[in-house]
Amino acid sequence: MSGVRVLVGTRKGGFVLTSDGKRQRWDVSGPHFAGWEVYHLKGSPADPRRLYASQSSSWFGQQIQRSNDGGQTWEPVGNKFVYDGVPGTHQWYDGTPHPWEFARVWHLEPSLTEPDTVYAGVEDAALFRSADGGQTWQELPGLRGHGSGSTWQPGAGGMCLHTILLDPANPERMFIAISAAGVFRTDDAGRTWRPMNRGLRSEMLPNPTAEVGHCVHRIARHPSRPDVLFMQKHWDVMRSDDGGESWREISGNLPSDFGFPIDVHTHEPETIYVVPIKSDSEHYPPEGKLRVYRSRTGGHEWEALTKGLPQRDCYVNVLRDGMAVDALDPCGVYFGTTGGQVYASADAGDSWAPIVRDLPSVVAIEVQTLA
Amino acid sequence: MIIRVVLPTHLRTLARVGGEVKLDVEGPVTQGAVLDALEAAYPMLRGAIRDHATHVRRPFVRFFACELDLSHESPDTPLPAEVATGAEPFLVVGAIAGG
Repeated sequence: MSGVRVLVGTRKGGFVLTSDGKRQRWDVSGPHFAGWEVYHLKGSPADPRRLYASQSSSWFGQQIQRSNDGGQTWEPVGNKFVYDGVPGTHQWYDGTPHPWEFARVWHLEPSLTEPDTVYAGVEDAALFRSADGGQTWQELPGLRGHGSGSTWQPGAGGMCLHTILLDPANPERMFIAISAAGVFRTDDAGRTWRPMNRGLRSEMLPNPTAEVGHCVHRIARHPSRPDVLFMQKHWDVMRSDDGGESWREISGNLPSDFGFPIDVHTHEPETIYVVPIKSDSEHYPPEGKLRVYRSRTGGHEWEALTKGLPQRDCYVNVLRDGMAVDALDPCGVYFGTTGGQVYASADAGDSWAPIVRDLPSVVAIEVQTLA
Repeated sequence: MIIRVVLPTHLRTLARVGGEVKLDVEGPVTQGAVLDALEAAYPMLRGAIRDHATHVRRPFVRFFACELDLSHESPDTPLPAEVATGAEPFLVVGAIAGG
C-alpha cells in the first residue's frame, strides 16, 4: 500500500504527518525537538527511512538530527560548520562589509543516490557537504570564493542559501540559490560556480540587471527536464529553458508576482504552483484570500485554486520551503502557513483540506512518497 | 572531583539526561575544565554552550553558581569551592529573552 510522509518544520519543533495513498486520514507525530526552530527536514531519495533535520536555536545554536527509521527516532550528529579558510566579508544591509558568520542551516538536500551524502545550505550563505551521514561537514568553498561573495547581501530573513537542486542525469551539475545574491550553477560537482541571473531585474539594486544581488526566493525543476527552471523571485515569477543561462518573466495574470514558494507537478512538467503574496511590505495574501495559483502552460496563464482554502480574513504567509508535491497519481500538493496550518490537495490542487490547523508557524514542508 | 552541573531544559533533552549531570573533573576546577568534561561526556553539547573552535560562550548562555553570575569570568578562573567540592551545582542557564 502506497503512502505519504509529510515532514513539517516549524518555529517550535518538527512534525511528521503520515497517510495512506488516499491521503484522507492522517496521523500526526511530534513535536520532535520541541521548542527548537526546525528550518528543514528532508528524506533521502535513496533510502526513505533516512531523514535529516536542521534544529536550531538563538540560545544553543545549530544541531543536525538524523533518523534511520522514518522519523520515529532521532540522533544528533555533527553540528560543526566551519567556513573554509579566512571567511572574509559580505555586504551588510547598509552596504558596509560584514564578516561571514555561521547562523543556521536553512536547507538539507540529501544525495539522490547515497543516503550518507547530504548537502547543507547555510546562513551566512555557503554550501556544505557531508559524506558520513552528517557526522562531519566540509564547505564547498568555490561558491563563496566565486569572486562576487563580497557583494552578496542579506535579505530580510538573513543571507541564506535556501535552495539546492541536484541533477538526476548529471551528478556534476547543481544549482543553488541565495537571498540576496541569486542563482549559481556548478558543472564540476561544486568546485567552481557561475552566476545564472541573466534576465532577472530587481529594482532594489543600483543596477537592476546586475550579475549578482538578486533576491531569489526559490527555484524548482521537474526531474525529467533538467534545463527548465522555474523561479519565484522577490518580485516576478521567472522561467529558464536553458539551464539558467537566461530567464524570462512568466508572471502573466497573477494578482501579485511577489511570493516565496514555487513547485512543479510531479507528472506534468509544465504545471507549476505559486502562492501570491500582496507585497514585500505586506506578507499576506492579496485581499485576505488564500489562493494557490496553478499554471498548466509553464507560466503566463494562471488559475486560482481556492476550493477548501479560506477566502476571507486570511493573513498568513507561505515561506519559501513551505510547499511540496508527492509522486502519487493524482499528484498531491502540500503547503504550510505561518499560521500553523498544513493544507493538502490529493487532486493536484483542485481542492484542499487542512491536515492540521494549529501547529506553530510552519517554515518548511517536504513530502516522501512511500512504496 | 565530582562536579554537579545543571543544564537548561533544551540541553537536557538534547543530551538525554534527566536531572543534574555529575562529572569527574581532574585538576583545577575551572569553568573551562567543567565544560571540557561536559562536552567529552555529552558530545552533542559541543557548540551549544560555547563556540566549537574559540570556546567563546554563546551570547544567550549564562553561567551561575553560589548565587553569583560567573558568565564573564575567565574560563581559567577557579570556580567557587562549593562547586569544586560538589556542595553546590554549576548552572548553565539560557538567558531570559522571550521566545
